[in-house]
Formats: sequence, structure tokens, C-alpha cells
Amino acid sequence: MRQWFKSGTPWIWLNGGAVAMCMIMVIGLIGLIAVRGFSHFWPADVAVVEITSPGGEQTTIMGELVRSQVISAAVARDSGETVPDDIDLVTRHLFKLGNRDQTGRDFVWYLELGMSPWQYPDDVFVIERREWGNFYGQPLALLREGNVVSTPGDADFWPQLQDAVDRSLALFREIRRLERGEIGRINTGIERLRLDERNLELNPPPADVEARERARIAEATARFEADYAVLREELDAIYQSTRRDTLRMQTADGTEVDITLATIVRVTAPNAMSVFDKLVQYVERLWEFLTDEPREANTEGGIFPAIFGTVVMVMVMSIIVTPFGILAAIYLREYARQGTMTRIIRISVYNLAGVPSIVYGVFGLGFFVYFLGGNIDQLFYEASLPAPTFGTPGLFWASLTLALLTLPIVIVSTEEGLARIPSTIRQGSLALGATKSETLWKVIVPLATPAMMTGLILAIARAAGEVAPLMLVGVVKLAPTLPVDGTFPYIHLERKIMHLGFHIYDVGFQSPNVEAARPLVYATALVLVMLIVILNLTAISIRNHLRERYRSAGD
Amino acid sequence: MTTQTANNKTGPTDARERPAVSAAGARKVAEREALSLADETSKIEVSNLNLYYGNDQALKDVNLIVPEKRVTAFIGPSGCGKSTLLRCFNRMNDLVDICRIEGEIVMDGKNIYDRDVDVADLRRSVGMVFQKPNPFPKSIYENVAYGLRLQGISSRRVLDEVVEKSLRAAALWDEVKDRLQDNAFGMSGGQQQRLVIARAIAIEPEVILLDEPASALDPISTLKIEELINELKRDYTIIIVTHNMQQAARVSDYTAFMYMGNMVEYGDTDTLFTNPSKKQTEDYITGRYG
Repeated sequence: MRQWFKSGTPWIWLNGGAVAMCMIMVIGLIGLIAVRGFSHFWPADVAVVEITSPGGEQTTIMGELVRSQVISAAVARDSGETVPDDIDLVTRHLFKLGNRDQTGRDFVWYLELGMSPWQYPDDVFVIERREWGNFYGQPLALLREGNVVSTPGDADFWPQLQDAVDRSLALFREIRRLERGEIGRINTGIERLRLDERNLELNPPPADVEARERARIAEATARFEADYAVLREELDAIYQSTRRDTLRMQTADGTEVDITLATIVRVTAPNAMSVFDKLVQYVERLWEFLTDEPREANTEGGIFPAIFGTVVMVMVMSIIVTPFGILAAIYLREYARQGTMTRIIRISVYNLAGVPSIVYGVFGLGFFVYFLGGNIDQLFYEASLPAPTFGTPGLFWASLTLALLTLPIVIVSTEEGLARIPSTIRQGSLALGATKSETLWKVIVPLATPAMMTGLILAIARAAGEVAPLMLVGVVKLAPTLPVDGTFPYIHLERKIMHLGFHIYDVGFQSPNVEAARPLVYATALVLVMLIVILNLTAISIRNHLRERYRSAGD
Repeated sequence: MTTQTANNKTGPTDARERPAVSAAGARKVAEREALSLADETSKIEVSNLNLYYGNDQALKDVNLIVPEKRVTAFIGPSGCGKSTLLRCFNRMNDLVDICRIEGEIVMDGKNIYDRDVDVADLRRSVGMVFQKPNPFPKSIYENVAYGLRLQGISSRRVLDEVVEKSLRAAALWDEVKDRLQDNAFGMSGGQQQRLVIARAIAIEPEVILLDEPASALDPISTLKIEELINELKRDYTIIIVTHNMQQAARVSDYTAFMYMGNMVEYGDTDTLFTNPSKKQTEDYITGRYG
């Protein structure tokens, strides 16, 4: 035994064990998130179950099985269920019943006791709607302007239904295009005119100029309003048109429900689908998740605005933090006299990295948003006051706060990179008659770029995952517009954004419908992790490319 | 500077045989210097040079005359101050904050430590090659062109010409002419060192300082460097610091032996190695210490 200890083997085992633990934790984490997140998009079969209660009442339920668990009978009795005395353990199943507009509760636990064998009828439809979540039921008829055009018995019922759904989706896209694009443009224009008018009131120019301006504003406003009237008419017509088709459905308990196709996103019959069909459906839903906007208080639909917001915020942050961090590091390492002062500054910078991020959030809100933003509004956006432009949380302030948060990371790694450059290279350049700044910019900085990139990578990873400070300085649960769009000036730094990290928090903990939100939390977490991985891989490949160029300089 | 250029042209150096220095070991160092100088054009004169790193004195009252278009070698044990002295010639010691210098180094009639001397200008006329090859993280071509670009020369024609000339002078042209745009780090250590020499001579300095240029190289590369030094001394004044006494004997015309910051003995190489006048020198070159 003593020999074994002396041989160093236990030490190796210990080290190996630590590595194994790390690997297990990482793989376990990613695996759990991936399984829970990805399985959400698989079109699950819809079961129809008849339940006979101990009292003899019969109920029929229709829904997707979410999960099952075995509980002790006592627990079941506590929650009001009737369980015979001779049973100790019972199985219960959580069903997603949908039809929230009908019953009010879409996730319900049922004991296995009294269940008839589960059936999976082919004609069960799952209808994804823009409101009220999924609808589960069996179709009765497709109606056009109140008249039945097709019933499930007809051979062309399914194609007709799909055509109708596609048509209403196309109309919906058209509506959105008009509302977002055209009407958005008009709104921006009118708002700009209103600001012009307000400016006139605040700083009255000479009377003749003012009169001319007012005439121009009145004329432009009239034009916009005329445009708007035309659009409004067009929109009304489309809205009317979307209400043409109705799908008549029957729920599990036999109630007939008419669903207008205008609210339908997708109609599927999962029980009748082959595995391949389901796979196609799966990819479609996953794509929708990544590219669509959220619905239903973020518990349905996609997370595109959050992905977009995160990426834009990280990019703006990188643009801010990189030059600042690098210049500060160069000054500290190359120009500043190395003494007590630089040591104090360095220690301060290192400690800045350890300040809790929420503190940065508070600082950002107090200094950036209220002080800087407030003053910017006073100076440049006086016309739009009291509605703040920059004096309210927004993309720029979020990025700036994160830049401050990640500044120490960039400074430290840049400094280390500069310190690693052999002094012989420096001297070689000086010996050729280069001045200090020529040496710095032509030789030293290019050599230190891989280290700077490393700093940026770490900064990006840190920033993309940060949530706490962002809640204070610009991230909201639902942003009506993206921070980048087609209206001048294209990047709207003052807009509020959505963010994946905050989205996870919001969906997971602020959502009224916990069961519906749960898979989305995992899926969003997975997207966030993958986004950070992608950002990192990009930065790492750039760094490796640079490193390759300056390969043996550090030898 | 202009007078010096004239001097260069008329200087009676190139074709001459090595000066016949008396082998009389009994003579004092100063006399020997005087005798050498009688035959040589002096390029650099060091007088009463003291150098301090903080409170430590690294050079003690050094007096020295470096002859033009000759190879002068500094030998001595580690820490004797020979590299420090070398770095005084292009004021590399300025980079050390705690370094303080007294005395004069006069090059072409001008004290290089005068207040009105532009250090960058000085370094342009006094090139330096370091112990470890230190090419820049650029292409071979850009490494050689670096000094010229610093001077604002960007004409492709001029650069091409100078790069080729310098690489030829450094005996590297044939090896790299097909891969001038490759990264300099891809070259072998010996090639890198010759590249660094090419880089130094591209800006046409008057003096080249070599700080143990071959100590990090294999014997064949070392040989090439030594041959190169022999070539270069036709056009340049060369000062070389070396640990390797055989190397000093092989390449240099004059040798200075330094010990503990003192210039112990200075004279023509043959005499110093065969008939040193000081006990310390003899002990060192016969390998008794150091």
C-alpha cells in the first residue's frame, strides 16, 4: 500500500478523476438541456383516454402525454383524488390538453386508475393558434363564409384545409408587412414631423421661416394621413378576407368549436404522420423557433428577437470595449512609468473584474441612462421630451455597461500579450532607427493581436451570458421592434432589446403557464449556449489564424 | 557627417594589409592603441566611459578607439560589460531606466551622447544584430524593407533593389529569392540571423554591432556568419561581442579583453592571443577562468 502511494499512481488517479468529473458535468449539462430542449419540437402523438372515476362518472380526455410519475397513494389522496385503501403507489400522467379557451387549464395530472386503454385515432388534429395555445380535437367540417365546403369524409378535405391555412398565413404575412413596413414608415414620418413642430415651438425661427415650415409640416402630415387612409382600407379588406374560412372542430367532450383560420398557425394530424413526416415537421418547428417572434407571453412561437438582440448587443459591446481596452493596456504596459501608480491602477482593474455584475447594472442605470442619457436628451432630443430617447434603458446603454464589465478582461489579456513579446524584437526595431511608437504599431501590436483576441473572446463569452445588469439597462421581456431595421439610421441604439439570458429568466420564472414554458426554457438555454459557442469559435478561429502568422515569435 | 563620408572615400583602408603591430608584450595597452591608430582611421573614440546601473558600476573608465572598416571583437567572461559597452554605441542602454552614463563616445567627431543627437538617426547609422535572431512577424521582404519604410521610402523599385542588394550582401539571396513573401519565421535560425544582418545593412549604416551573433546557431550557420563578417568589413566598421575566443581570433582584426567592467587589454588580435601583455588576459584565453 505504501509502495502504491509512493509510486504516484493515486495522484494520477486523482487528476484523472477530476478531469472525468469535469467532463461528466459538462456533458451532463449540455445533454440535459439538449434532450429537454430538442424533444419539445417533436410532434407527439395525441392520446384519447376514457377515464372512469370511482364514482362511475366517465370523462374523455384528449392530449399529449408530457410525463408520468409514480407517487404514493397518500399524496394522491391529499390532492383530493379517491384512491382505494389497498393501493400504496399510483402512477399519474401529466397531459397537455390544450384548449385553454375552452377549459382554462391546459396541463392536467390524471391518475392511471380507471383509465381505459389509450387510443391514438388518426383524425385527431393539433391546431397551433396565435392565441390560447394549442387546440386538440377532431374535425367536423371546413366552412367558407358560413357554408360547409368540405367534411372529413371527403377525399380532398385535408388538401383543402391546408390550402385554406396557407392562404390565411399568406394574408397574415401581408398584414404584418403592411403594419410593420408601410404603416411603420408612416408613423416614423409623422413622428418626425411632430418633432419638427415641437422644435419650432421651442426655438421659434423668424416669422416667415416659421410659417413656411408650418405649411410644409401640415402638407407632409396631410400626405402621410392620406397614405395611411389608403393603407387602412387595404388592411381592412385583408382582415375581412382572413375571416372567410372557419374550421369546425369537436373537442374530446363533444363540444363543437368554430375556429377561424385567421388565428391558425399550423394544423397537423400527428397520429397519422409517418416518422419521416414528423421529422420534416420537427425541422419546420425548430426553424420557426429560431426565426419567428414570440407569441403568448413568450411561451409559444420563436425567439428570434432575443437571438438578434443578444448578437447585436455583443457586437456593439465588442466595438466599444476593444479599442478602449487595448489602448488602455498599451498605455499601461508601454508608456506608463512602472511604479506605485501603475500598480494601483492595475490592481484596480483586476478588482474591477470581480465586482458583481448587478453593481455594474446599477451604475449603468444611474450614470449612463439617467445622467448621460438624460443630458443627451436635454441637448439633442429636446423636442421629443418628456418622452425620453436616450434617457431610458436601451441597446447602447446595455452595450456600454457590458463593455465596462468586460473591460478588465480585455486589458488584462492584452497586457499579458504585450508582456510576452520578447524584448529582442522590440530592440531589433529600435536598433533600425524606429521610434517607440513606430515599433509599437508596426511590430508589437500586430504580435499581440492573438492575445487581444483572446481577451475579446473571454469578454464576449462573459457578456453574452450576462443577465442581471441588463435587466436594468435595456433588456425587456418583449421588444416591439428589432434594433436594426430598414428605417434611417438603421441601427437604433436607443431601442430596447430582447436577450436570450433574460428570455430564459422571463419564460422560466415570470410566465403564467409553467408547464408550457418549461421546454422552451431548455430550448432557449441551448440556443444561448450554442450562440456563445459559435461566437467563441469564430473568435478562436480568427485568433488561431493570427497565431499561425506569428507562429514562433514567442519562442 | 559630411566630412566623414569624405573620409570614407579617401580612407586608405580597403586595399591595405593588416597593420604591422609590434608584438612586444611589454608595451602598455595605451601605447599599443596609439600604435594601431597611427595606421588606422579611427571611427569611434571612447574616452573615460563610466556606466552605472543604479548603484552598480558596469563599465569603469573605459578608453577605446575603434578603427574604421575593421572588425573589432570584445571578449571576456559573462557579466564583464562587453555587451553593455556594445550597446553604448547605438545608445540601446537608453532603454534601461536606471542606466546612467558618464564620459564620451565620439563618432566621426561628434559625441553621440550630446543632447542634440537624434537617437533614431544614430541608430540608423549604427546597426545592431542581436544574440538571438529577431526577425519581425512579417514576410522576408518586409523584414528587409522595414528600415527603409521607416524612412518613408515606399517606391517599389527602390525597395526591390535594396532588398535584393542587402540579401545578396548577407549571402541569403540565393536561398530565399523564390520565397520573399513567406513569413520570416519559417526560416532556419542561421537564415534568420543572416536575414537580420540583411535588415541591418539595408539602411546602409556605417557601423554594425554584433552581439554574440552566432551563439544560438549550429556550427555550419556559424561558419556562414563568420564568412559574412569577413565580407562585410570591406564596407562597414564592425564591432562584435563574442564568448567564443576561437571566433574572435578567426574574424577580428582587433580584440579587446574586458573583465569586471574594465578594459583590461586592447590590441591587434594576433598579438593579444599569442602574446598577451596582461596576466588576466593570458589566464582567460588559456581557459584558466571565465
